[in-house]
Amino acid sequence: MAFKLNVNGKSLSADVDGDTPLLWVLRDSLGILGPKYGCGIGQCGACTVHVDGTPVRSCSVPVESVGAGKVVTIEGIGADPVGKKVQAAWSALDVAQCGYCQPGQIMSATALLKGKAKPSDEDIDAAMSGNICRCATYTRIRAAIKQASGQKAGA
Amino acid sequence: MADGTFLPSASRRDVLRTGMAAGGGLLLGFAVAGKGAAQAASAKLNTYVSIAPDGAVSIMAKNPEIGQGIKTSLPMIIAEELDVDWTQVKSVQAPSDPALYGRQFAGGSAATPLHWDELRRVGAAGRAMLVAAAAQGWGVPASECTTASGVVHHKASGRKATYGSLAVKAATLPTPDLKTLTLKDPKDYKIIGRSIAQVDTPSIVTGKPLFGIDVVVPGMLFATFEKARVFGAKVASANLEAAKAVKGVRHAFVVEGGTALDGLLPGVAVVADSWWAARKGRDRLDIKWAAHPTSGQSSAGFAAKAVELSKGAPLRTERNDGDIDGALKGAVKTVEAAYAYPFISHANLEPQNCTAQVKDGKVEIWAPTQNPQPGRELVAKALGVTNDDVHIHMIRCGGGFGRRLNNDYMVEAAFIAKQVGAPVKLLWTREDDMRHDFYRPAGWHFLQGGVDAKGDIVGWKNHFVSLGENGQFARSAGMAAHEFPARFVPNYRYDLSLMPCGVPTGPLRAPGSNAIAFVVQSFIDELAHAAGADPVAFRLKLLGDKGMVGTLGRDAYDAGRMAGVLKLVAEKSGWGRKLPAGSGLGVAFHFSHLGYFAEVVEVKVAGDGAVELVKVWVGVDVGRQIINPFGALNQIEGSVLDGLSGAMTQQIVIENGAAVQANFNDYPLMRIDAAPPIETHFIKSDNSPTGLGEPAMPPVIPALCNAIFAATGKRIRQLPIDTGLLKSV
Repeated sequence: MAFKLNVNGKSLSADVDGDTPLLWVLRDSLGILGPKYGCGIGQCGACTVHVDGTPVRSCSVPVESVGAGKVVTIEGIGADPVGKKVQAAWSALDVAQCGYCQPGQIMSATALLKGKAKPSDEDIDAAMSGNICRCATYTRIRAAIKQASGQKAGA
Repeated sequence: MADGTFLPSASRRDVLRTGMAAGGGLLLGFAVAGKGAAQAASAKLNTYVSIAPDGAVSIMAKNPEIGQGIKTSLPMIIAEELDVDWTQVKSVQAPSDPALYGRQFAGGSAATPLHWDELRRVGAAGRAMLVAAAAQGWGVPASECTTASGVVHHKASGRKATYGSLAVKAATLPTPDLKTLTLKDPKDYKIIGRSIAQVDTPSIVTGKPLFGIDVVVPGMLFATFEKARVFGAKVASANLEAAKAVKGVRHAFVVEGGTALDGLLPGVAVVADSWWAARKGRDRLDIKWAAHPTSGQSSAGFAAKAVELSKGAPLRTERNDGDIDGALKGAVKTVEAAYAYPFISHANLEPQNCTAQVKDGKVEIWAPTQNPQPGRELVAKALGVTNDDVHIHMIRCGGGFGRRLNNDYMVEAAFIAKQVGAPVKLLWTREDDMRHDFYRPAGWHFLQGGVDAKGDIVGWKNHFVSLGENGQFARSAGMAAHEFPARFVPNYRYDLSLMPCGVPTGPLRAPGSNAIAFVVQSFIDELAHAAGADPVAFRLKLLGDKGMVGTLGRDAYDAGRMAGVLKLVAEKSGWGRKLPAGSGLGVAFHFSHLGYFAEVVEVKVAGDGAVELVKVWVGVDVGRQIINPFGALNQIEGSVLDGLSGAMTQQIVIENGAAVQANFNDYPLMRIDAAPPIETHFIKSDNSPTGLGEPAMPPVIPALCNAIFAATGKRIRQLPIDTGLLKSV
């Protein structure tokens, strides 16, 4: 059946079964390729998007449960001033190695900073430990979140 | 890929060629030579550099990008000697074409040592031609001209000209002799040695489609492919009709496949309008698999067999220096220990995938691969076309780690695309990926060692039981006869036994070394403690004043460079400082991929056995020049955490001939909350720069285990670390 979705401020529709995960509706039906498939069971965070500002693992969210929720993906997060700062910090510190997990990392980091402007190391660990980086860029992810929040690295 | 120490060959000497670009402008490249000057002269010019009349500089990145940063660092080398600003440069991924570029691959940490000299000379040649063009135009000697930021200057007359304005004329000038070019003094470097962000970083942080999984071809269908969990088993039956009944499913069919584990294996393909529909169809297949000779294999079985083999005569003796039995008999202290490590998976975060289209006998492939050329041959053979009929686009890989040196996913995609007569994107599930890897091979080492009254190692005996048959190691399951501490211990014996294995194995970051360093550097630690010696002092004594041993390009080992990084890391980590109970420092060193690494790990072990990784210090000697510190540090830190992650939690257990683990819930990777800070220190020795994709990984594993011993008195002889054994309360 047809589902109407609000993605990055646009109204889009997709004709899929209601149990189709949001990730695959975004990727295969709508051509929004930033959210990535990594595990399919909500373990790696590569598919992280925001629904009404909350980070969710889109591989494990059936499209029928999204309803009128506002979906924001990595493609749209730059329109948010916090998201833009996070992307800038990621660029300035050249966080990525392969880069595959980084859309999900940036979405989780943005949600963290929107909830807490100056997170501690413990806050960062708690908010980011749902996102695996197989290349293990973790020291830079920490530093970039500190930089985006205007804190010194290691502070 | 060679195991342990990959030694790149510098035998390929290509002829620099220059010419006019299609739209006017200067091109620099190589004609791939090797079969005489006549052929070289007629060979197609590959383009490394092109300078357009508008001043735009394009530099080809010849190798696949897997996150190692090569699409940035190799063009940096050219840009430096060309003397342009980095902002003027556009890095372009080269096509996969062995006729133009020779071998294109990502592996062995080989790109830097292979291309360091060659690419600087390409840049310098371009600069020389642009200078010559300016000098001729102005009627002044070239020696009076200087360059900066893509502009030629003649100071005496105050004239200047941009490279873009000179490019057309330069293209008509003779090609300079590469050997006579003057290269820059490193103190004048403006690009090399600077931290420069990856060229794809802006696309990565904004989620642009960069990866294989993101490839879209018009009219493309989506495929999933199920293979037997017992590697290579055939399909006995499958309910294809049930799969086809799922909405959106277009095709479901059995692939006969072959028996080579790195080729097209038997399985069932489901092709649909969306990947989700294909997966739903797959869930209904109810496949029955045929019996297979390796279905009885298990990790426990391999381990038991290894113990049995270790008690008998070895298959063969790989090395036998001095008199090992006499030395052990005469030693004041002897230690006997058995070490083991499991199969582990690459677990690239981007599951294997490939997009293929077969049309009019031509095959077009979009593949995240580290090694396109063997893939081309595999596809050509499976589809009955020539190698020239197969064109491969090298797509950025969501992680490599050696997994994508194999091209099994490529031949599957091509075969399925041919069957359905439409472009197909094949995507493996995470479970497919983990169950069908070319695993880091498991291995078993049975060691005996002895120290004399002076505290020196007098004897070292290893009966290595590895995987393999017909006298040959399974892929990446080998250990070299010159592996350290051979040549540093007077009485040294390495016996080998092999057992056959139906589990696919292959190179994983620092192949061989990633397991052997754990065994060797842990056992050295055991001997240090047996001798009552400090682990750093004991190792320095072992390295001694031997300097360079062995032959360059084969088995060279520079004990002086190793001692240098060991002393450095001991100093930086505050080796010897007093730590509270339950905390400890551990040290280890290892040489691989031409890099010398010594590392110290600090741990804190809780009463319940939980290990906290407090900090890691890294001492590095990869020569006189770090090309891009951003990339270098990222590779070192990633390798260190990769090693720690593997040692702490990773193992693939084989039961009933198949991998038990399938996803990140039962195969946990390190997460941010476990990642320690890492401090890296370089020694800039006067040696040619070498690669950093791998060699930082091996020593961190024994350094961790040795730190756990220092903290708890408990010796880790088996990976992954069983923290249950470390409980003190």
